Amino acid sequence: MEIKKIFNFLNKDEDITCPKCSKTYKHSVFFNNSMICPECGAYLRMGAMERIAVVTDNDSFVECDGDLKSQNPIDFPDYDEKIKKAVKDSGLKEGVVCGTATINGFPCAIFVMDSKFMMGSMGTVVGEKITRLFEKATKEHLPVVGFTTSGGARMQEGIFSLMQMAKVSGAAKKHSDGGNLYITVITDPTTGGVTASFAMQGDIIISEPKALIGFAGARVIEQTTGKKLPEGFQRAEFMLEHGFIDMIEDRKRLKYTIGKLLKIHSAKAI
Amino acid sequence: MDAKINAYDRVLAARANDRNMGGYYLSRMIDDFVELHGDRRFGDDGAIVGGVGMLNGTPVTAIAMERGATIEERIERHFGCPTPEGYRKALRLMKEAEKFNRPVICFIGSSGAYCGIDAEERGQGEAIAENLFEMMGLKTPIISVVVGEGGSGGALALGVCDTTVMLENSVYSVISPEGCASILWKDSSKASDAADALKLTASDLYSFDIVEKVIDEKDKSPEEICSDLKNCLVEELKNKQTLTTEKLLEERYNKFRKIGAC
Repeated sequence: MEIKKIFNFLNKDEDITCPKCSKTYKHSVFFNNSMICPECGAYLRMGAMERIAVVTDNDSFVECDGDLKSQNPIDFPDYDEKIKKAVKDSGLKEGVVCGTATINGFPCAIFVMDSKFMMGSMGTVVGEKITRLFEKATKEHLPVVGFTTSGGARMQEGIFSLMQMAKVSGAAKKHSDGGNLYITVITDPTTGGVTASFAMQGDIIISEPKALIGFAGARVIEQTTGKKLPEGFQRAEFMLEHGFIDMIEDRKRLKYTIGKLLKIHSAKAI
Repeated sequence: MDAKINAYDRVLAARANDRNMGGYYLSRMIDDFVELHGDRRFGDDGAIVGGVGMLNGTPVTAIAMERGATIEERIERHFGCPTPEGYRKALRLMKEAEKFNRPVICFIGSSGAYCGIDAEERGQGEAIAENLFEMMGLKTPIISVVVGEGGSGGALALGVCDTTVMLENSVYSVISPEGCASILWKDSSKASDAADALKLTASDLYSFDIVEKVIDEKDKSPEEICSDLKNCLVEELKNKQTLTTEKLLEERYNKFRKIGAC
């Protein structure tokens, strides 16, 4: 179904320049390489539909709540225009895409955040969609696989955004209490209120190499403390070393690894 | 309530140097208080004061963000900004409260979670995330009171509860007005405009049905405010303690579930 959206992007097949080595390739060349630069191996940030296309089994994805659109709950100045622009630029209606799918044959509920939509920030619609997905997964006994990328809570929705951290946490807790598996895959960058809620609540937390993972922004820490940040600060490798994530997995092996975890968790112990 | 005070003046009042913070209310309100220290993992955070005591004859666990009075104390308590150890200590005390069926009272007043290299190394995000997750399922009533500045995720980490109370001149926000102004308008001097736009006052949050009770401060002495707050807490606890655990948790879930439900 909606995977077609990604092929619409690919039909345009625009040039994309690698932010690291500045080499330019067609979008389809990047896409066929999991959005990894063929020249230097840099990981480009993946859009939600690209991720779904790469990680889920062909034609297995069915979107949920794809029509929910942001309101302006606190009448924040210029927010309506910002949303309109984000919709236009990203081709998405909001910063997360949710649905059900199979991964290497194993069914799951899946959410994928997209940093192209207002930095993947979490407002009420992002919170609501992920909450609904957890509720559905709890009812249907499905594992949840969540890909995070976010600048944190969306300030244009004020206290409503902040409270989404609690709302999603409540739904994740119920899902967990029901004996269901939650795998988070943290991708670059995941910070602020998303790190401080559902990104860190998985039974198993995987990250892509070198992904930025933190609560406070690096620049803010540097300004506040006046200290120089250590090399590799807040990167996935740093988080692994400090014991906060289970593993770092290469993008091209993610599907295999998630499939294996789903298989192990769906099998009954003798 | 005093309707004439604008949002940014409330922010300044909430952070004022001489404003009473969590420790004041805790020490005045909780009899026979015994402070308990440490997270049993790494350290003890001075920005979180917690322990057990009696509220109007009922045993409670009380946890407060506290910045201290003197400059030395403030440095020691890093100006009331909790570290991961503070949040973990708070959760440890809440779990102990759950074991003994004792309600939990949290006092919130902090510009936010402590910002530093060490806090990140020890999982500031994970500590807050775990509190949100566990507090959602804690099988005993939780009442949270915002007494000063309720700064973002660092405040919410003690804010998952059954009843949220705010003092009239406290604020509760996703980001500080200065932070918001500097990100959005590249001008932190527009903090006053940001404070208006963020709708962060007690009366705003009451109108959004995000907080259930607001304690008036106008023309009241600190003792009177404290006494009104105490009465409010006693009343709320009485209501919550009549509920079955199942009903309590269902209502807690729904309190947050309805926020921004489309």
